[in-house]
Amino acid sequence: MTDNSNDKNRAEGPERVLGTPSESSEERAVAAVSATDAAHEGPYPASETHAHPEEQQRRGERIAAVWFVLAFLGGVGFLVSYFLFPPNAQGTPAIADPQIAQYSNMLLGGSLTLAMFGIGAGMTVWARNVMPHYEVSSPYDELPSSEEEKGSFGAFFMRGADESGITKRPLMRRTLIAAMLPLGLAPIVLLRDTGPLPGDKLKNTIWADGMRMVVEGTDRQIKAEDLENAPNGMISALPDPGGHGGEEGHGDGGHHLSLNEKAKSVILLIKIPEADYKPGMNENVEGDQSRLNWTYDGIVAYSKICTHVGCPAALYERTTHRILCPCHQSTFDAADGAKVVFGPAHRPLPQLPIGVDDEGYLIATGDFPEAPGPTFWDYAKD
Amino acid sequence: MSKTTQAPKALRGVGNFIDDRFHLAKTGEKNLRKVFPNHWSFMLGEIALYSFIILLLTGVFLTLWFKPSMAEIVYDGSYERLQGVEMSEAYASTLYIDFDVRGGFLVRQIHHWAALIFVASLVVHALRVFFTGAFRKPREINWLIGVAIFAIAMIEGLFGYSLPDDLPSGMGVRILQGVMLALPVVGTYISMFLFGGEFPGDVIIARLYMLHILLLPAILLALIVAHFMILWHQKHTQYPGTGKSNRTVVGTPMWPGFAIKAGGFFFFTFAVIAGLSGFVQINPIHLFGPFTPTSITSGLQPDWYMGFMEGALRIFPNTLDFQIFGYAVPVAVLVPGLGAMGLLFGVMGVWPFLEAWITGDKRAHNVADRPRNAPVRTGLGVAAVVAYGVLWLAGSNDILSETFSINLYLTTYIFRVLFIVGPIVAFIVTKRICLGLQRRDRETLEHGYESGTIRQLSGGEFVEVHKESSQDTVDVLQSKPTITSTALVEDTDDKGVENPEARKAKGRFRRALAHWYTKDNVSVDDVEPHSGHHLHHSESESSGAH
Repeated sequence: MTDNSNDKNRAEGPERVLGTPSESSEERAVAAVSATDAAHEGPYPASETHAHPEEQQRRGERIAAVWFVLAFLGGVGFLVSYFLFPPNAQGTPAIADPQIAQYSNMLLGGSLTLAMFGIGAGMTVWARNVMPHYEVSSPYDELPSSEEEKGSFGAFFMRGADESGITKRPLMRRTLIAAMLPLGLAPIVLLRDTGPLPGDKLKNTIWADGMRMVVEGTDRQIKAEDLENAPNGMISALPDPGGHGGEEGHGDGGHHLSLNEKAKSVILLIKIPEADYKPGMNENVEGDQSRLNWTYDGIVAYSKICTHVGCPAALYERTTHRILCPCHQSTFDAADGAKVVFGPAHRPLPQLPIGVDDEGYLIATGDFPEAPGPTFWDYAKD
Repeated sequence: MSKTTQAPKALRGVGNFIDDRFHLAKTGEKNLRKVFPNHWSFMLGEIALYSFIILLLTGVFLTLWFKPSMAEIVYDGSYERLQGVEMSEAYASTLYIDFDVRGGFLVRQIHHWAALIFVASLVVHALRVFFTGAFRKPREINWLIGVAIFAIAMIEGLFGYSLPDDLPSGMGVRILQGVMLALPVVGTYISMFLFGGEFPGDVIIARLYMLHILLLPAILLALIVAHFMILWHQKHTQYPGTGKSNRTVVGTPMWPGFAIKAGGFFFFTFAVIAGLSGFVQINPIHLFGPFTPTSITSGLQPDWYMGFMEGALRIFPNTLDFQIFGYAVPVAVLVPGLGAMGLLFGVMGVWPFLEAWITGDKRAHNVADRPRNAPVRTGLGVAAVVAYGVLWLAGSNDILSETFSINLYLTTYIFRVLFIVGPIVAFIVTKRICLGLQRRDRETLEHGYESGTIRQLSGGEFVEVHKESSQDTVDVLQSKPTITSTALVEDTDDKGVENPEARKAKGRFRRALAHWYTKDNVSVDDVEPHSGHHLHHSESESSGAH
């Protein structure tokens, strides 16, 4: 690949055994060739090799050796550090403790760094002080090939193609191409079973009329008055589809909700003084049901999943009734149907219709009116 | 001087064994003689290569314990603070690597740091290649391969970030899925097929794992090998200087100089990454907790290379979103989520060909440009860096807002304005700086350099003594290419008939671009080195001081 004809020294005259005087050595001396040039034994011409003085080389050797010794000690230190901290052994110290793990990490990392750095530094000292500085020149390739070579290649290729019949036997050529087409599609078709078709899966959640809800992360079912005590007037809640069997007031904590169901059905319950509701809450969301009809005792429920790209919009500011998604700062006005007041999201968080059941527990009275989560092509289509 | 040392017998044996079978002695020697130009900026790509090797080594170690499974389990491992918490097996096995495997924590950190440095060094390497025009003919194909490596490295990094299934990594996947859903018509299908159903499903970690440890690294490795084979074949570009030309490359040969330098540099790279991993903790997933789709923390930051996309998602306004026949087109997700990446890689891929089209330059270039000598290119490059940087900072606007007590929404508006204004200002300023440097080069060539010695002339006047520059400096300055375009030369054939193409809209557009690309440059063609009056004060002193 590389064309390097640096051995100009040897380009002329017959080959000679290294170390023997060349035939022209006397003439050379007369022609004022420097002594270093004549004595040069390196792989590259003397003019391109800038050797360092012997003293510098000797000092370089010693410094490099010091680095290599340090690296050796670092390497030994690494092995020692490894055995110093057993994994979760009966005796201490064990790396299961985060503090010990950190010490172990520092010792292993530090000794490894020393080992690597020592080798790197030593090799650099070697390259810079012991080895000569090179300024070797070498030709770049000529581009492009000569017209003759190109023409010859092209003609050769086409003679071969003609002889093979591919240019002259169209029936064979075309049927071969046709034969390959379906096979080309096969890898794409084979991916069909990687997942189901979307259908309307993204548009429906398990929320249904009469379903109670639990505080996210617990099995505690929620009553309207719980909102009074909730910090910030907000509770993050999940549906409790099968939760009537257990102890009074306790569902099963959504344990049999899959992550998929949680990801779609999680809601924010927010208590807002009814006087603070804005006129936007009077607009009808479904049939003659206004947004306000879907609240209960000043409590409103919105999907917690941001309509931008799906982060949980988990931050709520009680005084302004604003819901903020911490990922991209889409901001929704909880007192105004969760309309977007800032940020890249475009549509409001879908509102969940809620009420209470006979025992005073908060329930959903239906599913979201439209798909929760990130906006997609046909979210608004039924 | 001693005689050449005999190669050890064992080594000769191996050499003969191989040569008997492959006939490689001549090729081998040629490659030992391969020359690498001496300049620090050629080490940037090396850092990327060495980081990649470290990634492969540490990645293999991590696979020994990692379980790419989303099965929900209750944690019962060594890390006490999460015992009894529901989590995926992927997250639990990552905790196992951290707290039960000796050195596991360190290797995970090295893997993550090496990934950050891999992408960072290849970006800086790409900038070096861009600003010095090293992408020009004959190296356009290698530039395209480099762009592909960059794109795949980003995706590879994102997938790796997603595997431990901790809270931030799961949220990264969520955002990816949200962006996917925004695609018109096919979005929901792509999402359903990739996730095997709805988000998060139970297969995505296993699929990302396959992509992360098998498919993408294989493609990356193939591209990197191709990148190096082409580099090896075409040889490096080199900076101008004495004896350096488009026909001859000057530098350190592979054997022994470069081999030892590069070997040492590998260990340096590894040392820096190991040092960071030992003392600067990154991605402490045990503090974040497992992913749930219903929880989040504020102040989440992706790995740095995804930051520009995150920033674009944050500052792009929602006013362009529209509906068509009741179908939603969320422009505010599509443009930043996919457009930003498309724009970055698209512009990078197209640029060499666009520049060649503007200038009509069909020559092969082995001598790199000094950035100042291609002011429009350099200006555009800096403008792109600024645009990228603004988006990148915008990805941390919540943290900036908190740190500097600026209103959060105000930061968004500031970044929107900066994204438009910043690159324009950067272009103008950079181009002016380049032209200023060109003028100074011209002056140095003509008058020599300012020696710092002040001399009083007999007339009482003080002058600074200029001295002649070294031959190398003169050669560098004189090598300044004239930027021209074939579009500016009147397009007429030998019978004096104007080329009809040049009169069409495309031809006129090209000529306008060519004019913009080539104007303002300072020529040094008419300058005789060291001919200027500043060098001749001593004469003027004797003759002129009457």
